[in-house]
Amino acid sequence: MNSIVLIPLLPLLSAAVLILSTGKMPRTVASLMGAGSIGLSALCVALLASSFLADGEIRELTLWTWMSIGDFSPRIAFYIDGLTIVMMSVITGIGFLIHLYSIEFMWDDESLCRYFAYMNLFVAAMLLLVMADNLLLLYLGWEGVGLCSYLLVGFWYRDPDNGAAARKAFIVTRIGDTAMALGLFLLLTELGTLDIQPLMVAANTQWQTGDTLPVLATALLLGGAVGKSAQLPLHTWLPDAMAGPTPVSALIHAATMVTAGVYLIARTYGLFLLAPATLEAVAWIGLATLLIAAFAALAQNDIKRILAYSTISQIGYMFLALGVGAFASGIFHLVTHAFFKALLFLAAGAVIHCLHHEHNIFRMGGLRSRLPVVFASFVIGSAALAALPFTSGFYSKDAILLAAWSLQDIGPWLWAGGLLGALLTGIYSFRLVFIVFFGEARTEPDRQPGWKMAGPLILLCVLSIVGGWIALPLAGVFPAAESHPVNHSVEWISIGVPLLGLLLAYLMFLGGQISVDKLLSAPMARRLVDFWFSGWRFDQLYDLLWVKPYKAIAHWWRNEPVDALYNGIVAASQWGHRRLLILQNGELRWYATIMVLGLVLLLAVMLRNAP
Amino acid sequence: MMLQLILLLLVAGVVAWQAERFSSTLPRWVTVVAVLLALLMLIANLGGIPAERFTLVSYPGEPQGWLMYSQHAWIPRFGISLEFGMDGLSLLLLLLTLGLGLVAVVSSWDEIEFKPGLFQANLLWTLAGVAGVFLALDLFLFFLFWEVMLIPMYLLIAIWGHEKRAYAAMKFFIFTQVSGLLMLLSIVVLAFQGAGEDGISFSYSDLLASAPTGRAGMLTMLGFFIAFTVKLPGFPFHTWLPDAHTQAPTAGSVLLAGILLKTGAYGLLRFCIPLFPEASMQFAPVAMGLGVLGIVYGAILAFAQSDFKRLVAYSSVSHMGFVLLGLYAWNSLALQGAIMQMVAHGVSTAALFMMAGALQHRLHTRDMFRMGGLWQQAPRMGACAMFFAVASLGLPGMGNFVAEFLVLAGLFAVSPWMTAAAALGLITAAVYSLWMMQQAFQGRPDNNREMADFGVREMSAMLVMMAVLLGLGLYPQPLFDLTQPVLEGLLPRMSEPMSALPRLLSEVSP
Repeated sequence: MNSIVLIPLLPLLSAAVLILSTGKMPRTVASLMGAGSIGLSALCVALLASSFLADGEIRELTLWTWMSIGDFSPRIAFYIDGLTIVMMSVITGIGFLIHLYSIEFMWDDESLCRYFAYMNLFVAAMLLLVMADNLLLLYLGWEGVGLCSYLLVGFWYRDPDNGAAARKAFIVTRIGDTAMALGLFLLLTELGTLDIQPLMVAANTQWQTGDTLPVLATALLLGGAVGKSAQLPLHTWLPDAMAGPTPVSALIHAATMVTAGVYLIARTYGLFLLAPATLEAVAWIGLATLLIAAFAALAQNDIKRILAYSTISQIGYMFLALGVGAFASGIFHLVTHAFFKALLFLAAGAVIHCLHHEHNIFRMGGLRSRLPVVFASFVIGSAALAALPFTSGFYSKDAILLAAWSLQDIGPWLWAGGLLGALLTGIYSFRLVFIVFFGEARTEPDRQPGWKMAGPLILLCVLSIVGGWIALPLAGVFPAAESHPVNHSVEWISIGVPLLGLLLAYLMFLGGQISVDKLLSAPMARRLVDFWFSGWRFDQLYDLLWVKPYKAIAHWWRNEPVDALYNGIVAASQWGHRRLLILQNGELRWYATIMVLGLVLLLAVMLRNAP
Repeated sequence: MMLQLILLLLVAGVVAWQAERFSSTLPRWVTVVAVLLALLMLIANLGGIPAERFTLVSYPGEPQGWLMYSQHAWIPRFGISLEFGMDGLSLLLLLLTLGLGLVAVVSSWDEIEFKPGLFQANLLWTLAGVAGVFLALDLFLFFLFWEVMLIPMYLLIAIWGHEKRAYAAMKFFIFTQVSGLLMLLSIVVLAFQGAGEDGISFSYSDLLASAPTGRAGMLTMLGFFIAFTVKLPGFPFHTWLPDAHTQAPTAGSVLLAGILLKTGAYGLLRFCIPLFPEASMQFAPVAMGLGVLGIVYGAILAFAQSDFKRLVAYSSVSHMGFVLLGLYAWNSLALQGAIMQMVAHGVSTAALFMMAGALQHRLHTRDMFRMGGLWQQAPRMGACAMFFAVASLGLPGMGNFVAEFLVLAGLFAVSPWMTAAAALGLITAAVYSLWMMQQAFQGRPDNNREMADFGVREMSAMLVMMAVLLGLGLYPQPLFDLTQPVLEGLLPRMSEPMSALPRLLSEVSP
């Protein structure tokens, strides 16, 4: 049992030591601590997973009672079932590869110590999030993840733009988190507990499917999930979040952070099943996000921004899966996505690293022969991203599309939308490959990735291919999905569409049979692409709706309007003071007159009252 | 013991004042020794109390309910006595007072050059006044200490403050004094109203039994409410606070934010609500509304400031709104949250004011537009600022989160709409806290600037406060255990009137 505690504790402790060393630790020691602790943690997860696979027993471990007030007594306790094991393996496994890669990538940075401290804290927070047995501890991990993303996105703090991106990431996700907190209050007030398993039991006995309360509660939880997983309408932080070092993006996009929302919905699926309306909303949000992000990805020219939009889009698929009730498929896609997205980001990092921090894909080109390992990584990663047959992404995305198809009424619509997304994914992912790695070279690489960078890339390449054949131990976690016999033509279409995307990308960006310039010559087309390039102008919209009004109000009130009230009192008493001062003028005749007048008045009153 | 503790602080003040004649560094050592002695005295006396007493429910008004109780005759003709009582709540706040007293001394260690003895004396007298407020059970005595803590604080601001100190000190004095007089009026009404055959009494236990109801009760209650809400401070009585905090010397700001504000919350919890359960219940929707307004308004104004200290001051207005909400939601979750907020906010804000003082000492400015990129020159200060900034925005794992979570969770059962409005404070807190970090510590550094990082003295104070906040955030149970008996004694008193609260609130909510 003790090894379970070690899993989050090792990264946490190493983060604490790295912080307390205040940057005075030698680079070798810092990187050893940073990557080593995650490696050991991954080892513990592997041991735990193998024993779990052997006996299939759910493990629970209580460390201490966090607080106890009346009936409310959340604990610091872990609940480990198949879903947790899957998430822990992804977090520590992929996390370790990213850490290993980071050693080489960040070696020349003056703040290596701070970097590994934040990274380890990030992994620790994410582990707490998935291991928590109650929603309050989950919320601790949830917010911890948010903090670490803020710290890492703004890691190079000297550039104010990075700071802005970091604050955006934190504040936008916090808006979702606040909705989630309200959901927690609602659940606690109505069901009397925040422990996840008892909570789902209580919900099932107290609530009927379709009641208002479960819909409201899950809608609030969904708010949190939408924020963290960068789904509509709170997705705007993710494209900017690439301001941090590239391995950070890999960690955010693959192993931590954005998968949290998917995990939350899967973990509390019992509540969502009671709220069909919310579940349907999840599916539509997923579909809308995956399409909007795919179109936006098509128009980008920053290598990391393309990948960022592709993440938003792929998580849209996971939401689609959750929304149609295919929870296991959603988690399956989460896992395969973690493999190929980590691969793609690390490969992109290698490109940027070897090309003097160049981000623009149109200033790259011809890197196929110059950076062969990176090229292979990109081809495999993009193939998996586009869900070409026999890659890992194919199996998981195919399962999602089939599950969508099987749904009554709205199913075919969701399926068709998902298919359109798959086509777009094929185009934008191979557009990237063809432009960066083929054609003429525009920038020469000045170095080759060393083994610490190449090793993780090769391993992730293997995982991106064979990842689809891994059987996840999710049996018994979710209710068994009803399997519908699916028409073979539907399956063939699902296989064919990504290939069509690849073909279109080839014709447009390599073969030249379709001229992109001609396509864009129409003014409408140009405007549309600009619109996509700006991410559908969401940033401008939010700026107008929220940011500017808030700043304007703050500016308007900055000098304390309430003080006007008290200044008014001050002015009134000063006015009275001046008026009364007239009476006190020091002239005897004035005093005598007043005295006589007063006496006359007094006498008059007395005479009037006399009987 | 309680009278001796207060006397110790008062006398030490005189000693510190006179110690100035011998050396300019002696007075601060007098303060340190006196506060440590007081702490030692408190702990030694606690040792004499059997452990099971700490878990016994203490009903207010029963002398045996107090952990410590003492009464000496003072002005028997008017039923006034030196009556002191300490329960878990007073004990907790007393520990906070003495602890932050030490922080205040450390934070202004070499800042004061003008009359350092008198400075330390005023510091100690303020502490004595606050300790008296937390311990007095006779309402006349309570009022006396309420004034005792006011005047030395006024002097601290007026003599050792910054450029606009005269205005700020006067504003602070008038706000507190006027509202204090309203309270005095209410106390006198209360005493005469409850006069029986044995004459009048100012004792808490007697007044609990005879508080007026109806219209008279409401008016008397308002006298207390205004005095305590000015101190808290609650919207719209808060405008003295940004000026006073900004102009006060560092130690003054630490004491003001750390403990003086808590006397307002303590007064509401100990006197205002228990003495007038019915009037408080009727008034609760208004009080909660003021709490929500304070949270949002304070947060927006904090974001609007360019003065580091002023920003922290407005964040206090925002955070104290949670206390007001928690107190008037009146269930054990919310009340425990409010008490936790008193302690956690005390520590985190004291640390931020210490940070502000350290920045001003080094850069001779509080204007954040003249800072930026300080992380490069002073990474330790940056890390500390980051810690307390995220603590104050309510990051889980720190005491502030536990406080705000419990307040909102408790409030949700009473009024979901109020909770939703107050939860906006979680977002706005992130906006101003992170903006503060950006303006001061991130961004482009000025390479011509030389700035010393935190040294051992400052770092150790910071580390202790970090440890306290983490402890409160991860294992808050000792604190809850300490105050639970107090709340269990208070809750039944109000349970009947307060049960009508959700209905009352649903009438005013959409």
